[in-house]
Amino acid sequence: MKKNFTSVLVAGLMAAGVAMQAEAHRAWILPSSTVLSGDDPYVTFDAAVSNTIFFPDHVAMGVDAVTVAAPNGKTLSLENASRGKYRSTFDLQLTEEGTYKVGLASSGLRAFWKDAEGKRKMWPRRGQQANDAEFETAVPKDAKDLRVTQSSRRVETFVTAGAPTSDVLKPEGVGLELVPVTHPNDLYAGEAASFKLLIDGEPAKGAEVVLIPGGTRYRDSQNEISAQADAEGKFSVTWPSAGQYFMEAEYEDGKARAPATVRRGSYSATFEVLPL
Amino acid sequence: MEKTLLKRFAGIVATGALFLTMSAEARNLQVSIEIPRLNVAEYHKPYVAVWLEDESRSATQIAVWYDVGMRNNEGEKWLKDLRQWWRRGGRALDVPVDGITSATYGPGEHTLEVSIAGSDLAKLAPGKYRLRVEAAREVGGRELVEIPLTWPLEESELPLSAAGNEELGRVRIALASASDN
Repeated sequence: MKKNFTSVLVAGLMAAGVAMQAEAHRAWILPSSTVLSGDDPYVTFDAAVSNTIFFPDHVAMGVDAVTVAAPNGKTLSLENASRGKYRSTFDLQLTEEGTYKVGLASSGLRAFWKDAEGKRKMWPRRGQQANDAEFETAVPKDAKDLRVTQSSRRVETFVTAGAPTSDVLKPEGVGLELVPVTHPNDLYAGEAASFKLLIDGEPAKGAEVVLIPGGTRYRDSQNEISAQADAEGKFSVTWPSAGQYFMEAEYEDGKARAPATVRRGSYSATFEVLPL
Repeated sequence: MEKTLLKRFAGIVATGALFLTMSAEARNLQVSIEIPRLNVAEYHKPYVAVWLEDESRSATQIAVWYDVGMRNNEGEKWLKDLRQWWRRGGRALDVPVDGITSATYGPGEHTLEVSIAGSDLAKLAPGKYRLRVEAAREVGGRELVEIPLTWPLEESELPLSAAGNEELGRVRIALASASDN
């Protein structure tokens, strides 16, 4: 998975049309079930970018770049992938026992500046993914008010057949990543779960985390749970009730590689919390 | 997911055992489980799991009843719905397990008998435990009934019982003479 990281991500986000919508909308992959038993069970997934959590109301997520890491380290392909107006769907058969990670990730440079007439410019263009090698030619040398960020993004979810395993939970060291301390397919209402956030493999100290239970459509408030990663990148949450949860984490610092000055990472995931 | 041949679970017997004065280790643990008759449009026999859990939530498996008769082992697909049992070791088992798994039962009172000396129960350290009985029914509900107990069981404190409200009726723990088996 790591080997193909850049190319996969570039293709993925272009297809997804996710990159620029990320600011205003939520991208999510929702499994029909996260804890499975029996021989070679199937899971079906919905994937969309929407305002309301787990309610497809905006645009389908392009799933060409979605990768599946199997418990044995292999990368699997999606079955029956289909893109609708508001959501995409795909299936996955869990032919091996253990935990699977399903998601997409991207990273690249982004630049904002003003041209000679004072008009705002950005590279890559809206909805496009940067090829970092083109930075030199795409951004004028004399750009005014130039801001360059090194951005990364991940959208993930986890499913387990049989007993949970942790091989797919190992970090890749690129962008903002979640390393579960509590297994993501062993979450129960009323229990606390701990997670660790890493930025390029180092603790993402101070990363802001928001967790929102699904079903926002049927209630007046978001019922957000906020947390902040400590010096080790850790945070924990006690699940107030069972259900599907959307988690979003944001991180920003000034430790970007040149030509970027700002390093920014976003991570989102879907977790299923079961009743105790 | 390798399977072994299903073997009949020999531990379930009709009981009417006399209580004799002998050490608990030489006795059988007897667990009676009542499955209520439910007046519902679509009824399926519940999946039921029984296990003993210590204070650190480590489980000793006693029984699991599921639909063993479905083709391609499709019954196993629903084992996860016994979600606490699944978490407390069910997911690590390759079912069927000799002496633990058997077919589902309909409404009525069903009694399990497990030889204490001849099972993992003999290895239990003295201390506080909970007997947990979980039932889940297709297009129905799920219920978990638990009975706190001290191991080894003291005859004078038996029977212990608790009852569910929906999917499980009375659950009762007793000791039976092993020689009656």
